[in-house]
Amino acid sequence: MLGRTLREVSAALKQGQITPTELCQKCLSLIKKTKFLNAYITVSEEVALKQAEESEKRYKKGHSLGDLDGIPIAVKDNFSTSGIETTCASNMLKGYVPPYNATVVQKLLDQGAVLMGKTNLDEFAMGSGSTDGVFGPVKNPWSYSKQYREKTKHKAHGENEDSNWLITGGSSGGSAAAVATFTCFAALGSDTGGSTRNPAAHCGVVGFKPSYGLVSRHGLIPLVNSMDVPGILTRCVDDAAIVLGMLAGHDPKDSTTVQDPVKPFTLPSLTDVSKLCIGIPKEYLTPELSSEVQSLWSKAANLFESEGAKVIEVSLPHTSYSIVCYHVLCTSEVASNMARFDGLEYGHRCDIDVSTEAMYAATRREGFNDVVRGRILSGNFFLLKENYENYFIKAQKVRRLIANDFVNVFNSGVDVLLTPTTLREAVPYQEFIKEDNRTRSAQDDIFTQAVNMAGLPAVSVPVALSNQGLPVGLQFIGRAFHDQQLLTVAKWFEKQVQFPVTQLQELMDDCSSVFEIEKLASVNFC
Amino acid sequence: MAAPMLRGCCLARRGALACIDGGSRHGRGAAIGCRSSGKRGRSSVAQQPLITAQKSGKGEHAWAAVVGLEIHAQISSNSKLFSGSQVQFAAPPNSLVSFFDASLPGTLPVLNRRCVEAAVMTGLALKCHINKKSLFDRKHYFYADLPAGYQITQQRLPIAVNGSLEYSVCVGKKRSQVITRTARIKQIQLEQDSGKSLHDELRSQTLIDLNRAGVGLLEVVLEPDMSCGEEAATAVRELQLILQALGTSQANMAEGQLRVDANISVHHPGEPLGVRTEVKNLNSARFLARAIDSEIERQINELENGREILNETRSFDCKLGCTIPMRDKEGKQDYRFMPEPNLPPLLLYDTASLPPGADPQQVINIDRIREQLPELPSETREQLVQQYGMLPEHSFTILNEVGLLEFFQNVIKETRAEPKKVTSWILNNFLGFLKQQNLAVNESPVTPSALAELLNLLDRKAISSSAAKQVFEELWRSKGKTPSQIVSEKQLELMQDGEALNQVCLAVMEEHPQVYRSAR
Repeated sequence: MLGRTLREVSAALKQGQITPTELCQKCLSLIKKTKFLNAYITVSEEVALKQAEESEKRYKKGHSLGDLDGIPIAVKDNFSTSGIETTCASNMLKGYVPPYNATVVQKLLDQGAVLMGKTNLDEFAMGSGSTDGVFGPVKNPWSYSKQYREKTKHKAHGENEDSNWLITGGSSGGSAAAVATFTCFAALGSDTGGSTRNPAAHCGVVGFKPSYGLVSRHGLIPLVNSMDVPGILTRCVDDAAIVLGMLAGHDPKDSTTVQDPVKPFTLPSLTDVSKLCIGIPKEYLTPELSSEVQSLWSKAANLFESEGAKVIEVSLPHTSYSIVCYHVLCTSEVASNMARFDGLEYGHRCDIDVSTEAMYAATRREGFNDVVRGRILSGNFFLLKENYENYFIKAQKVRRLIANDFVNVFNSGVDVLLTPTTLREAVPYQEFIKEDNRTRSAQDDIFTQAVNMAGLPAVSVPVALSNQGLPVGLQFIGRAFHDQQLLTVAKWFEKQVQFPVTQLQELMDDCSSVFEIEKLASVNFC
Repeated sequence: MAAPMLRGCCLARRGALACIDGGSRHGRGAAIGCRSSGKRGRSSVAQQPLITAQKSGKGEHAWAAVVGLEIHAQISSNSKLFSGSQVQFAAPPNSLVSFFDASLPGTLPVLNRRCVEAAVMTGLALKCHINKKSLFDRKHYFYADLPAGYQITQQRLPIAVNGSLEYSVCVGKKRSQVITRTARIKQIQLEQDSGKSLHDELRSQTLIDLNRAGVGLLEVVLEPDMSCGEEAATAVRELQLILQALGTSQANMAEGQLRVDANISVHHPGEPLGVRTEVKNLNSARFLARAIDSEIERQINELENGREILNETRSFDCKLGCTIPMRDKEGKQDYRFMPEPNLPPLLLYDTASLPPGADPQQVINIDRIREQLPELPSETREQLVQQYGMLPEHSFTILNEVGLLEFFQNVIKETRAEPKKVTSWILNNFLGFLKQQNLAVNESPVTPSALAELLNLLDRKAISSSAAKQVFEELWRSKGKTPSQIVSEKQLELMQDGEALNQVCLAVMEEHPQVYRSAR
């Protein structure tokens, strides 16, 4: 049951094959079994069981609230949840219990969704590995999959077995791992520079970043206000569309959301792609791109072409400036957004009380990790009067050029862009931490952050397993507010590639029924 | 909420005053005057913005002061600029604080339509150009009563620019000559108010009240077109009247709804402007002019004695009667301005540019607001002069006293007496009594009806003018009695009956034969 998609399990609930409480308990027990993955910071067991119970009552009365009623979900721990600790994986917010729900959380709860818990991340979502949070790194469930273990037998066994686990990517690694291990059917991530798509690619799930302004940010603890978007992680594209349908639309509490009413989404099943024009940005073919990912990318392009779509090479000429520009804008907003954490109203507060200033300094020193403090420092540097023109204003101008690159490409008749999501598959933690957070973020966000600068919708869809048996994702980028069109294309693609489900039975024998192979067809795409 | 004591807070700094040396305040130093001031004995030239300082042996040396103002007016609105919390003076501490006001992470600003309308209306009344597109910025600084660590303001592109404020000063021996002056308005910007810090010296704690945090402010920036305290005070008073007439701010200084910072410098005319200081928190009408004049005096004195003026922030100590430095110089602020990313540009429309089919709830039409502009104080004064033959200087007094205009109009409504008579009674007797007893108009025991009735009695010659004054005094003492009651109780009626009057005279003569005889 747990291996099913959201749509399937929703049907099962409606037909009474399983009750919300049973479903919730199954997920809770799986969460316990997979605790070592460190996907969850807080498991809201009591709340979840209560919500499931209420959902069950509704089903019994025949008053189900819809597709999400009784569906276990997880939420990244940077979304405010009323009455449930929200930490951003930071000492600064340890013990902070928000008095209100983020709009997206409220919308899910209003639809009857059952909140299993809050998922792990990099501190304040600053990172691309889910390794830099105060609660420790998230382990990629694929590290323990049959597929990966078979391919890496020679080194996976032995004394250093435990140190060979892989990172999930980030910063929404907890949410990606939660969906990949079937402990929930959908999870919220956040996406500022790729934080939803990157771990989705590494964990073999769908990671969707909606158009900026389509989904409310109210209650999402910000990283970069002008780029943050709540992200959706699911096991298939259709599920992402269902969740988006529940979340999209104007929120009076977020002035940057669109005013136009958004109709619920139902994704059509494309049978004919011959009218589609797929753009392949040539600048995304970088030397760092692994040959395997590159080959999957071109196979995907060939697939579209062979099915009659027009596939053309396009140019996004300012791509190479993007990551530097992102760095300036991101750190500047971070410096500003983090100013509120002063130990006065909420969150961590040090013991020093010599003066307010001394209290601020010590509180922030104790509360933030080096990554956060480093970004605050650079951001404040860029915002100094003497530097503002040379850095912030320039970066804003470059941002406009980058956004225009996309506009030009779409105006030339391209419907959707196809790119890699990441340079390569997930790497072992030991390998990952050889470079610092800043270097890693610059590498890992390379294909994803430009989309955030332009406010476009983008989705990472798992394509195939690499030679190592690890998932690889490809990214589709759509026109602003053409999220539905984008997902329709992604859904067609998903159907063609038949990505395999992760096989974790070896690890969790007693859960084998959970991991019934439902889709493990072929890896014939490779 | 409490925080440890702020280092270097103003109270702790009093010990290290760099105040004026005594001499300057006792005649030796610079004399201070102003082109409009006639009341100051030491004032030099009445019509010239020059201040003459006597330097022994060096002859006359003229100084001119240049004063610009930044005025913060709290917008009169039900809720705050970016949140739904109520706006109310003197509510229990931290009782009017929304999640946004306390800067809970994840909360976002939502612009209050009423505040925007108030800004547009104020801008129109002050002859500003209204920017159809304006932007919000973050101004960063760490302070305990600024929970987000930044204030949302309009630094780059404010809502209104390039206006003017006309104000009139009375000059001449009897201050009967009214001269109109103009201060240019650089801009009006919308911004958030901060919370309040209360420093508890005893426990070495700072207590924070966030009720005020996030209340909408109009910052009105006046160009340095004023030259002395009195001009500045008069300009502020005029702005206050305009805001009150518009209803865009209650502008009550005592409740902190109107706060004034002054930029002050002195120079020799024809030479570049001097280094300026900023005197912060001139929050009392009484001390505004004094604070500015004392700072001008201090600067002249410093320069005369060969010292330099530092570009610094100072505050006025009303007990000492002088300004004192406020902040550590080393802590020179870089506010690290940045666009506020959570608020789209604020777009305004006029009837011509209104998008067709726009939801009236979502758009603001400048022309509609212009139509709703009420009568402004200058128009009201003109009206008083025209309609009631009032002297211009009297029209100023009538408007400057809170509630006096309404009182005047109510008396006029109910009396047959000549408007000039009414004006004279209100300005001389009524206002005199109020001042004597230190009362506001709305605290007066004499109601407009009572005064109207008294004036009616006088008008139909039922009582004499001296009896009227007696009745008026009685009205002040015995609340609730009508003038007619007092007149009859005290038998103050003028006798109209000739025969009865004759009888009284005869009786008096009979009772006092000697007096009668000697008079004859």
